[in-house]
Amino acid sequence: MSEDYKSMWLHLGLDLAAHDVLLGILGKAYQDIFLSQNNRPEGMGYFDFVMSEVHGLRIKELIDEKKSGRKIIGSYCVFVPEEIVLAASATLVGLCSGADFAMEEVEKLLPRNTCALIKSSFGFKLGKVCPYLENADMVVGENTCDGKKKAYESLNSMVKNLYVMDLPQVKSAQGRALLKTEYDRFKKSVEELTGISITAGSLKQAIRTVNAKRAAIHRLSSLRKADPAPISGLDALLANQVFFYDNPARFTASVNKICDELEKRVKEKKGAFPEKSPRILVSCCPQAVPNWKLPFIVETSGAVIVGEESCVGERGTRNLTDESGQTVEEMMDAIVDRYFKVDCAIFTPNPDRLDHIQEMVKSYRADGVIHYGLQFCQPYLIESMPIEKALEEENIPCLRIETDYSMEDVGQLKTRIEAFIEQLR
Amino acid sequence: MRFAGIDIGSRTIKLVMVDDKGQIALSLQTDTGFDPIAEASKLINGVSYHRIMATGYGRNLFEISFDAPTVTEIKAHARGARAFFPDVRTVLDIGGQDSKAISMLANGRVKKFEMNDRCAAGTGKFLEIMARTLGFDIENFGEEALLAENDLNISSMCTVFAESEVTSLIARGRSPRDIARGLHASVVRRVAGMISRVSSEGDIVFTGGVARNPCMRALLSEKLTRNVLVPQDPQLVGAFGAALLAGDIS
Repeated sequence: MSEDYKSMWLHLGLDLAAHDVLLGILGKAYQDIFLSQNNRPEGMGYFDFVMSEVHGLRIKELIDEKKSGRKIIGSYCVFVPEEIVLAASATLVGLCSGADFAMEEVEKLLPRNTCALIKSSFGFKLGKVCPYLENADMVVGENTCDGKKKAYESLNSMVKNLYVMDLPQVKSAQGRALLKTEYDRFKKSVEELTGISITAGSLKQAIRTVNAKRAAIHRLSSLRKADPAPISGLDALLANQVFFYDNPARFTASVNKICDELEKRVKEKKGAFPEKSPRILVSCCPQAVPNWKLPFIVETSGAVIVGEESCVGERGTRNLTDESGQTVEEMMDAIVDRYFKVDCAIFTPNPDRLDHIQEMVKSYRADGVIHYGLQFCQPYLIESMPIEKALEEENIPCLRIETDYSMEDVGQLKTRIEAFIEQLR
Repeated sequence: MRFAGIDIGSRTIKLVMVDDKGQIALSLQTDTGFDPIAEASKLINGVSYHRIMATGYGRNLFEISFDAPTVTEIKAHARGARAFFPDVRTVLDIGGQDSKAISMLANGRVKKFEMNDRCAAGTGKFLEIMARTLGFDIENFGEEALLAENDLNISSMCTVFAESEVTSLIARGRSPRDIARGLHASVVRRVAGMISRVSSEGDIVFTGGVARNPCMRALLSEKLTRNVLVPQDPQLVGAFGAALLAGDIS
């Protein structure tokens, strides 16, 4: 695709040489990890296409949207409400943070012991290789963990139009009030950016669009309960990752289409992996594109991943927003209610998350849980210990992993994951 | 009918053959060198077996070259240790590049394990490098450490930092034996933590090449106040377990 898009990337200010390197690595990884899988559903063809054009056609579409007057808003977190963005006729995209890039430059601005996700978001900026970021009219940072909120202070000098959203850390009435205040402030800022006032009609339509997207993912997740699992964990994760990039309506249609196919597969007992393969639930930190390290190791070791308790996964997509409200105010309240339920580890205490893990183990019939922690991600790593203990008390095997985006620990991880799978057989 | 297990470790390759009663019929060992598959081929040439199973960090290479089933070191050590001590439920394996603490259920299945990640802290390699820094031969590093007269605390777990800490202790005139014991104690502190996360009581079977080190055995038993049992030739336990598992496949 490179030739056609070069001028577009140049125009966005990307470093073409570095960007070529990135695309080369990405293409190779995609080939080795995704296209080498057996028994893939045909509907994955759409996602293969999306990934092959993730820095190409999709960016061109976004540029075309901009030309028609639409604004593009970039986000790093599932707390940024897409409903508000869409209602103001803007488009929300997830920003790149799933691979190490320009690490020498990053470590001039961030301590080495910062989590890989934060470092990556800086790397994509400093290396000038993220067209989503360069194309965004507004970049939303959010005060989740300490790492992110302090890093946004530095990012502010590198990104024009960084908007920082505050978030509560306690699920109290005051906490909810803060979220409400912040979502109202965000609504106002988005309206100012687009020059379009959100109406009850546009907000209702936006809620429906985002709910439809979530419902399609819920349908996909539900099909993964079958044994044999009709889709690999890698492919399902990819759909969850594309959730953040794609046009919402097209995404919804494509996921529903693959679900039709998967329903047939379930009836025919056709699986991506043989029946009775060990089933694993992955829980904890988000896996952003192209971070496919863990599922690749798991699924080339004979187990299948049946669910992701993660921001890129069920934590991000659980719960629809109530669409019954009639006024903007009622619907804003419904949006706050929906997002306030997200069981992110920045909340203290955060008992819902353990409940959700246990529920997911049951409903997806998982044999064990891999707790996937990013090194230096304090909130999730601290939660990992009581979670492991609670799961073991229920005789649910749990493997706690702490890793990053580098490949240096793949050998060790493979041994640990294979041993964990032996334990489940 | 004979079954073989081959353990391709970071330092050495071990081959164990068992007879149909699960008794060790033959064992061979060689350095891993730079071409583990060539070394492994040399070991298996000239021996005959019904089936071979591979373990150790080179198991996947072996699987590709010889189309053999594989098992992780964790399951192999658990199986091998259990054959020596059927009632023991906790295994500590310290090899050249990694260390593992394993707990088993009553039926011998792995219940839980911990493994060091990505660095040499708490492994045989750490002790080997430190022995060299202090001018000891690795084969009697443990005996020398047991002759220490004074306690001394080494705080660095990292091989690189510990080496500079050792250098500065030498410069301050501390005795090499005292330093040696301090280093053993630092490895023991690290692995004791791993053991307590997988099991809190009962005897421990200590396997892997480092189990031959008497100072490690003594300090471990002292630190955990648990019996530490060491099979004969503890470095062969992984290969032995793999051989037994090769025989278990029906």
